[in-house]
Amino acid sequence: MNTAVGLGSGTSDQVFEGSTERFSLRETMSIEVKNIQKKFGEFKALDDVSLDFPTGELVALLGPSGCGKTTLLRIIAGLETPDAGIVQFHGEDATHVHVRQRKVGFVFQHYALFRHMTVFDNVAFGLTVRPRDKRPSKKEIAERVHELLRLVQLDWLADRYPDQLSGGQRQRIALARALAVEPKVLLLDEPFGALDAKVRKDLRRWLRRLHDELHITSIFVTHDQEEAMEVADRIVVLNKGKIEQIGTPDEVYNNPATPFVYDFIGQVNLFHSRVQQGWAHIGDIKLPAPEHNEVHDQAAVTYVRPHDIELQAGPGEGFIPATVDSISTAGAVLRIELRHSLGDNIIHVELPRSQERLLDLRPGAQVYARPTNSKVFLQG
Amino acid sequence: MRSIRKPSVIPGFGLSLGFAAFYASLIVFIPLAALFAKSFTLTWDEFWKTVLHPQAIASYKLSLGASFIGACINLVFGFIVAWVLVRYQFFGKKVVDALVDLPFALPTAVAGIALTTLYAPQGWIGQFLSPLGIKVAYAPLGVVVALTFIGLPFVVRTVQPVLEELEKEIEEAAASLGAGRWATFRRILFPALLPALLTGFALAFARAVGEYGSVVFISGNMPYKTEITPLLIVTKLEQYNYAGAAALAVVLLTFSFVLLLLINILQHWSSKRAGG
Amino acid sequence: MAGAVSNLGRRSANITDAVSEPFLVRWGLIAVALIFLALFLVIPLIAVFKEAFSKGVEVYFASIREPDAWAAVKLTLLAAAIAVPLNVIFGISAAWAITKFRFRGKQVLITLIDLPFAVSPVVAGLIYVLLFGTKGWLGPWLGEHDIKIIFAVPGIVLATIFVTFPFVARELIPLMEEQGTSYEEAALTLGASGWQTFWKVTLPSIKWGLLYGIILCNARAMGEFGAVSVVSGHIRGQTNTLPLHIEILYNEYQFAAAFAAASLLAGLALVTLAVKSFLEWQHVRDREKAARAAAQQE
Repeated sequence: MNTAVGLGSGTSDQVFEGSTERFSLRETMSIEVKNIQKKFGEFKALDDVSLDFPTGELVALLGPSGCGKTTLLRIIAGLETPDAGIVQFHGEDATHVHVRQRKVGFVFQHYALFRHMTVFDNVAFGLTVRPRDKRPSKKEIAERVHELLRLVQLDWLADRYPDQLSGGQRQRIALARALAVEPKVLLLDEPFGALDAKVRKDLRRWLRRLHDELHITSIFVTHDQEEAMEVADRIVVLNKGKIEQIGTPDEVYNNPATPFVYDFIGQVNLFHSRVQQGWAHIGDIKLPAPEHNEVHDQAAVTYVRPHDIELQAGPGEGFIPATVDSISTAGAVLRIELRHSLGDNIIHVELPRSQERLLDLRPGAQVYARPTNSKVFLQG
Repeated sequence: MRSIRKPSVIPGFGLSLGFAAFYASLIVFIPLAALFAKSFTLTWDEFWKTVLHPQAIASYKLSLGASFIGACINLVFGFIVAWVLVRYQFFGKKVVDALVDLPFALPTAVAGIALTTLYAPQGWIGQFLSPLGIKVAYAPLGVVVALTFIGLPFVVRTVQPVLEELEKEIEEAAASLGAGRWATFRRILFPALLPALLTGFALAFARAVGEYGSVVFISGNMPYKTEITPLLIVTKLEQYNYAGAAALAVVLLTFSFVLLLLINILQHWSSKRAGG
Repeated sequence: MAGAVSNLGRRSANITDAVSEPFLVRWGLIAVALIFLALFLVIPLIAVFKEAFSKGVEVYFASIREPDAWAAVKLTLLAAAIAVPLNVIFGISAAWAITKFRFRGKQVLITLIDLPFAVSPVVAGLIYVLLFGTKGWLGPWLGEHDIKIIFAVPGIVLATIFVTFPFVARELIPLMEEQGTSYEEAALTLGASGWQTFWKVTLPSIKWGLLYGIILCNARAMGEFGAVSVVSGHIRGQTNTLPLHIEILYNEYQFAAAFAAASLLAGLALVTLAVKSFLEWQHVRDREKAARAAAQQE
C-alpha cells in the first residue's frame, strides 16, 4: 500500500536524528509485514501473515489468546525473529535490524518499568544509554523528560518509584518512556490488560486522544473487542495464526467476513439452516440470503445479532413463536432470553427500553420474534 | 551456537553459557570424572574387596544408621519447630527463626569441638548423662548428635514455606464440616505437608551421610566402632592408598546421587501437589 | 442470602478458634521447639564463647594474635577472596544463560550446578588430590614444572571453590526466572546495549538476591573444613586455614586457644545470620510494598 513511497532512508534518518521538533507526522512510518511464519515447537503461532499498517494509523490486533497477535507485535518490534517472511519499515527491509536500532516504542503488558529507578530515570533511560556523542546534555534530557511527563499528565510524579504508582499511572509512565526515544512506531502489548474496568475505559479514551495529537503509527494488541472498537482506526482480527478480517471497526462489526469474526465480535444468535436459492430456511421461516442465489440445498449457519431481532405480541409473516425465559432490565437496553420452537437453543434479544411499555415481557409470556438482519455462512 | 538455542534478542548467550560451561567443567565435571577413572584403575576384584571390607561395611552402617536416626529426629522436631514458627506468636520469634540456619552458617569444625565439649563425660551436658551410663562423646551416639545438628535446618526450611502457603480456609472448611482438630491435622494438613517433610528428611539425610568436620571431633574415630565412611576415605588417603580412597568415594557418591535423584522426584511431586 | 452471609461473618470468630490448638497444646509445642533449639543451637554457641574466655581475656587475645593464628586468618581470607568473586561471576553467567535463553543441555548445566551440594566435602577434596596430587593424573607433569597445587594454597582455593560453587547460582536462578525477560527487552527497545542492559537494569534488580548468595557463599568458604583438610597438608603457618588451625589446637589440648579461634568463626556465623535475616526482611518488605501498590490501583 505504502511501498511506493520508497523514501531514501539515509536522509530520513538524518532528519530524524537532528530534529528538534518534537512529534511530527513525518517522523513516523508505515509498516508492512509479508508472509510471516513463526512456529514454537510444533505450534504454529503465525501462518503466512501479510499486513500493511499505513502511516499515522492506530491499528488493533484483535483475537483470542494464542491467536498469534502478541507474537506478531514482537516480530514487528524485533523482539522475536520470524521463521520466514519480512518486516518493512516504510518500504525498507528491517527483518534483520536489531531491536536496538529499530526505533520502536514498545509498551509491555505489565509495563516492565525498572523498579529501582524513579519515574524520571525510567523515562530518561532511553536517552541516557545513547552513545556519548549522540547523548543529549543533562539539561536537555531533563527538559525532554518533563515535557513527556506533562504530555502524560504525570509531571508531579517524577521522583516517585514505580511501586508507589497506581496501575493506570504506571501504564502512562511506560508510554512516556517509550516515546522518549522518538520512536518511528509505537507498539503496545495488551496495554490495558492489567487494569480494572473503570481505569481501562478512561485510559482508552486518553490513548485515542494522545494518538490524535501525535499521529504516530501505532499498533496495539488486545483480546477485548470493545476496546478495539472504541480506540482503533482499523482492526485486524486474528485467529489461529491467520488473518480473519481487516477493516474499520464499523466494517468488522457490521460486515463480518467469517463466522469466526461474527462470533468473536459482539454477541450473536446462531441458527442451523439450509440454503435454497437465495433463501436460508430455518424450520418454517426463511431469511433472505441473496449472496447465495446460486446455491441449491446446502447446510449453513445463520447469524443474527441480538439487536437485529424485533418482537411483537401477535403472530405475523416470518415471525417465530417464542416464550420469554428471562428478562434483565438492569442497563441501557432490555436483555431478553427467549425459548422457541425451532431448536433448543435460546435466542438473545436486545430491545430499547421503550419497548418495555408496549409488550408483555414477563417470564412465561408468549411473543413473536423476527430477525431483521442476518448473515448466512455456508458449511462444508 | 544457533543450532543449540532458540533465537533471542537478549545478548550475551555465547559469553555467559561459554564461561559457565567452561568453569563448571573445570571445577566440577573433570575432577569428578577423574575420580571415577581412578577407581577403575583397580581390578573388579580389588574394587569389591575394598568396598566390601568389614571395616568399610562397619563404616557404612554407622554413617547410614546415624544419619538416618539424625534425620528422623529432625523430621519430628523440625516439623514442630516449623509449625511453631508459622502458626504461633511468641516473644523472640524472629531471632529464633534466624537462628535455625546456624548449622548452615557455623563452620563444622566449630560445631564439632563445641558439641564434643558439651557431651564429654565432664561436659555441661555429659556430666548429667554419664551417671546414667549414657555415653555420647566418643561413642556412636555422639555421631548421631553431630549429624542431627548438621541436618537441623533442612526439615524446618522445606516445611515452613509450604505451611505458610496452606490456606487457612481449608482447615476452616474441615472444621465447618465437623472435623475435630486432630482429625483435621491427620486427614488434611499432614497429607499436604508430607512431600515437604520427606524432601526435608532426604536433604538432611544426604547432608549427614557426607558430613566430616563435625563428626571427627565427637566420634573418637575408632575403627569398626565410631569410624564414619568419609573418615575412612581420609585414612586411606593419608596412607597414600589413592585407589582405595577413590573406590570408597565412588560408593559414597553413588549413594548421594541416588538420594539426589530421590529428592528431585520428591520435589517434583510436591510442586505438582502445590500446583494441582 | 444476605442474612446467611452476615451470619457466617459473625461466627468466624468461633471458626478461627476451631482451627487453632488448645492453649496447653500450643504452649507445649512452643516449649518443645524452644528446648530442642536451645539444646542443639544455643548451648553449643554459648559453649564456644565460654570456653574461649575460660582462661581469661589475655589468653584469648594472645591466642588470636599468635603468628600461626594470624597466618591462618590471612589464608582463610585469601581463599574466600578468590573463591567468592569467581563463584559470583560464574553464578551470574550461569543464571543469565539459564533464565534468559532456551537451549539444549540446560538441564545438564542445572544438575552440574547442584552436584557439589550432594558431594561429601571429603570427596570434594579427594578429587583434586587424584587430579593434581603427586600420584594423581597431572601430578608428574606439575612436578616437572615445579607447580604445587595439593598441600599448597592453590589446592585450598580449588577445594573452597568447589564446595561454595552452587551458592550464588542457586540463589539467582529462581529470582531471575521470576523476573522474566521483559525488563531486558524493554531496555533493548529503548536502545541500550547488552552491557548497559546488564549493569543498569539486570544487576540492580537482583542485587539483594546476589548479596544473599554472596553472604552464604562467603560463610561456607571461610568455614569449610573437610574438603580443605584433605588438600591442605596441615603445614602450620602456611597451609592452615582457620578451621584447620582450630583442629590442630584442639588435638593438642590447647582448648582455650582452639575456642578463641573458633569464636572468630562463630562471630562470623552470627554476623552472616544477621545480614541474611536483614536481607530476607528487606525482600519481604519489598514484596509487600509491591503488593500494596498493586492493591491500591485506583
